[in-house]
Amino acid sequence: MMLSALFFYLFAIMCVGAGFMVVAAKNPVHAVLFLILAFFNAAGLFVLLGAEFLAMILVVVYVGAVLVLFLFVVMMLDVDFAELRAGFLKYLPVGAIIGLLLLVELVFVVGAWVTAPLLVSDAPTPPVAEVSNTQALGEILYTRYVYLFEASGLILLVAMIGAIVLTLHHKHDVRRQSIAAQVGRTRETGVEVVQVETGRGLK
Amino acid sequence: MTIGLSHYLTVAAVLFTLGIFGIFLNRKNVIVILMSIELMLLAVNINLVAFSSFHGDLVGQVFTLIVLTVAAAEAAIGLALIVVYFRNRGTIDVAEIDLLKG
Repeated sequence: MMLSALFFYLFAIMCVGAGFMVVAAKNPVHAVLFLILAFFNAAGLFVLLGAEFLAMILVVVYVGAVLVLFLFVVMMLDVDFAELRAGFLKYLPVGAIIGLLLLVELVFVVGAWVTAPLLVSDAPTPPVAEVSNTQALGEILYTRYVYLFEASGLILLVAMIGAIVLTLHHKHDVRRQSIAAQVGRTRETGVEVVQVETGRGLK
Repeated sequence: MTIGLSHYLTVAAVLFTLGIFGIFLNRKNVIVILMSIELMLLAVNINLVAFSSFHGDLVGQVFTLIVLTVAAAEAAIGLALIVVYFRNRGTIDVAEIDLLKG
């Protein structure tokens, strides 16, 4: 019990600290790396909550794919990030005020909130001894929420096609194979028969 | 000291606030704005998983899975848009994104 509390505070503090560094880091590459740290610690929180499958998904899919994509884009774009940071201090007060207001509101919500007394679980979590979290999640995801599952697959498909269509572009100075021109060649355009006189050669 | 639901909700609230704060702070840099949005989505996911765990209801985790999917799609499309915009204009300054003259 004590140990889990200790780990909760470790993960929570690391997560919040990394989250702050994402926002405050000078170098965007460092910001992405801190975001990766924040996601790792959030995965730790998920494990503490008993959601192992989501924790693994967060590490494998989110950190492994999405955040590395961020890293690629940050490194690929030749942007003067120092220039983009101009006015950082100018925006600090208004950002701090709005952030503080929102935090106070959220804390009030957390403090004042109560569960409905007649709350019934829609899909009860089975005890860990019987069924693992992954199996339980699969059993409900592929049966009751199968349409939601397929819809999310479609969303990913659309996102993939969209990203490819957006970023694919043809350069004009690259020589490519033109199949129509190759197939359209005839004997007249392709071959010339010449009569070469002996000892003269072709001019 | 037992860690209750409100502990997790507080962590999520702080992370969400940091996300909002980041959007205001890095107003010019689209990439950092996207990262702030990721941070806010992470906070929402922590909320969902915490409620799911403490109420013994698995639907919250299913919903988290869907949120992760949508966030991944959003990040992919957003980064593709940034790359295309940078290729055309040579900058990603939010203040200069005014091609549509809206």
